[in-house]
Amino acid sequence: MTSMTLNAGAAVPAQDKPNSATDLSNKPATESTSVKTQEDIAETVGSPFCDEAKLRMRNVNVFYGESQAIHDVSLDIGRNQVVAMIGPSGCGKSTFLRCLNRMNDTIEGCRVEGDLTLDGEAIYGPKVDVVPLRARVGMVFQKPNPFPKSIYDNVAYGPKIHGIASRRAELDEIVENSLRRAGLWNEVKDRLDKPGTGLSGGQQQRLCIARAIAVSPEVILMDEPCSALDPIATARIEELIHELRENYTIAIVTHSMQQAARVSQRTAYFHLGKLVEVNDTETVFTNPEHDLTEAYITGRFG
Amino acid sequence: MQTPTLFALLLLLILVAYGTGFSRAIAAARSGGGVRSLASLPSYYGVHTALWCGLPALIILACWLIFDDAIIRALVMGGIADKPESIAGQNLLYAQIQNLTAGNLVGNATPQLQDAAAHLANLRESGRWMQTALILILSIGLGAYAFLRISPEMRAREKVEKVLRIILLACACAAIFTTVGILLSVLFESLRFFQSVPVTEFLFGLHWSPQMALRADQVGSSGAFGAVPLFTGTLLVSAIAMFVAVPVGLMSAIYLAEYAGKKVRSVAKPLLEILAGVPTVVYGFFAALTVAPFIRDLAQSMGLQASSESALAAGLVMGVMIIPFVSSLSDDVINAVPQSLRDGALGLGSTKSETVRKVVIPAALPGIVGGVLLAVSRAIGETMIVVMAAGLAANLTANPLESVTTVTVQIVTLLVGDQEFDSPKTLAAFALGLMLFISTLILNFIALHVVKKYREQYD
Ligand SMILES: Nc1ncnc2c1ncn2[C@@H]1O[C@H](COP(=O)(O)OP(=O)(O)OP(=O)(O)O)[C@@H](O)[C@H]1O
Ligand SMILES: [Mg+2]
Repeated sequence: MTSMTLNAGAAVPAQDKPNSATDLSNKPATESTSVKTQEDIAETVGSPFCDEAKLRMRNVNVFYGESQAIHDVSLDIGRNQVVAMIGPSGCGKSTFLRCLNRMNDTIEGCRVEGDLTLDGEAIYGPKVDVVPLRARVGMVFQKPNPFPKSIYDNVAYGPKIHGIASRRAELDEIVENSLRRAGLWNEVKDRLDKPGTGLSGGQQQRLCIARAIAVSPEVILMDEPCSALDPIATARIEELIHELRENYTIAIVTHSMQQAARVSQRTAYFHLGKLVEVNDTETVFTNPEHDLTEAYITGRFG
Repeated sequence: MQTPTLFALLLLLILVAYGTGFSRAIAAARSGGGVRSLASLPSYYGVHTALWCGLPALIILACWLIFDDAIIRALVMGGIADKPESIAGQNLLYAQIQNLTAGNLVGNATPQLQDAAAHLANLRESGRWMQTALILILSIGLGAYAFLRISPEMRAREKVEKVLRIILLACACAAIFTTVGILLSVLFESLRFFQSVPVTEFLFGLHWSPQMALRADQVGSSGAFGAVPLFTGTLLVSAIAMFVAVPVGLMSAIYLAEYAGKKVRSVAKPLLEILAGVPTVVYGFFAALTVAPFIRDLAQSMGLQASSESALAAGLVMGVMIIPFVSSLSDDVINAVPQSLRDGALGLGSTKSETVRKVVIPAALPGIVGGVLLAVSRAIGETMIVVMAAGLAANLTANPLESVTTVTVQIVTLLVGDQEFDSPKTLAAFALGLMLFISTLILNFIALHVVKKYREQYD
């Protein structure tokens, strides 16, 4: 797969018309200008692998029907690590994230190929039960999606179905704790019985975060959790991510470079369904190896 | 000119008016610097002219057709010196005159009658002339008026839109006025009924046998108009129907919306909807000939008393009839639950069934309740199946194996007989209709309210 040899030097203008990428790939390599960008885009630069990997993805391809959204991506996410995923809109960040807890199963026509493991166990193995898997790999979605239930019931939903708390007092504690950590408690403590759908967009997103951490997953996937939040709530969520890092593994998609730089240890840059570069966050933002990464973080496109 | 010819001519005139208006606007635009210089697009000028040409003429024509006969009759009858007192006698006389005019001579006509017939023919002839002249003058005159007024400054679009709005409003009012009209007519007849039978007896009486003595000397009951057995019968049959329709319909909706693959869905959904297209009389047939005897035999084999027509048979079949109604409405509502909610639940590690039970159904519940309430009002209003399968005996019972009767069935039987139209027996049908109208109205109101509330949640 992906024998496509895309000349990265030519790929920067290709941004404007992504469909012509294949044409450009036919250009002889001798035409290229810089030595560094001889790299094939399909071959991820940097260090996509790490030793103590919680999640291990190898040669992942994702198809929506006929069209391929993810091309041959390999990446490790280390234990107690925060990995940020950045890249232009439509490059497949959400798609990739959804592979990790098999949320793509719910999309008709979506097909995932490749080896994905969680703690060494295959995620897409034939005997895997997705229900406990998703309890271990929680997710906060790009759009807030509170249930049409009370705020309390929204947060208590996960613990209830997994039988985490049996007594009401325990449940109360989990709910309060989760809401506090998501920075929502003070705003909603007097109206826990009001519907969650009645909150503002940003509050709903924090409710969804509280709902996700209430089941104490091992891995949390966050798809632009702060896109609807004000700076104060954003700071609160970033603080939460720092806290959670002690015990959890986190993959976060974000469009904010500053946020990626603040919260993550490693950063992965996606481009047109390919993983272009993975490096320590500091390296990515100060000294990117790949031209495309540099172009993106310096705001030349995307 | 005959009315159909006139009508066709009028349509032709309207077309011509549109064409001339359109081309005059184009001409005005050409001399004034393009279509942009017009206040509206040229087609609006065409429509404006056409409306002036056609609308008033059409309205006048309609009024003419409505009042034509009545006026002519009044004129003819007014010319007759010694006409009979009774309305029936007058009707007879007028019919004779009409026949005479049409050439169907019935017996020997008196000179007086012949005069009247000539008068009638005369009036009709001149009426037709007047009609033609009036309509044509009106249409051509107003069309020309509108045509001459076309200028780049005239805001034809606004005028056309105003007229269109009035037409739309009139159509909307037609439905409302019909409802109000039905309600009023039922209401007045009911009031007449309540003059002979007290409201309290009707509402709380436990005995229903609307047989009145036809002749004064006839031995027979004086009639009892307690509607309670009818309402309990309706309730019983509807309850049985809902008992069948709600679980089955809801579960098939859940299956279709949540579990079925594309292929199954594309086959099962139309199949289910075919059920909704089966005429109720066919269901009634099925209930009376197959289900009711089966239930009777089954009950007897278990040592229970059962009549050959039972509430159970009617209820069961009615339930089957309503299944597609419930399932189709619920299916729509369940499909309207955003996928993101399911994703949210699945992402927390819920199983498919937990997601459906704890998130999707609660989210869709208001809509489902609305659909069920609409189905209930259908069950209450259903007549055919009950007539055929549940019997006519107004038993006050909660035993589904006995025969019962419902409000709608009684309305039918009350009006089918050859009673006088103002006897309490016939009028009772209106009182029942009123009760039915009120209760289904309340149900529909609640249902729509619930559905509306549900909509707000996701908009
Ligand atoms: N359900 C779907 N069916 C078909 N194609 C899809 C579907 N979801 C996403 N895609 C396609 O897959 C590609 C990647 O989409 P994805 O949502 O992963 O992008 P993204 O990186 O998350 O973008 P954004 O930053 O805007 O959220 C896009 O080209 C998109 O059109
Ligand atoms: Mg996305």
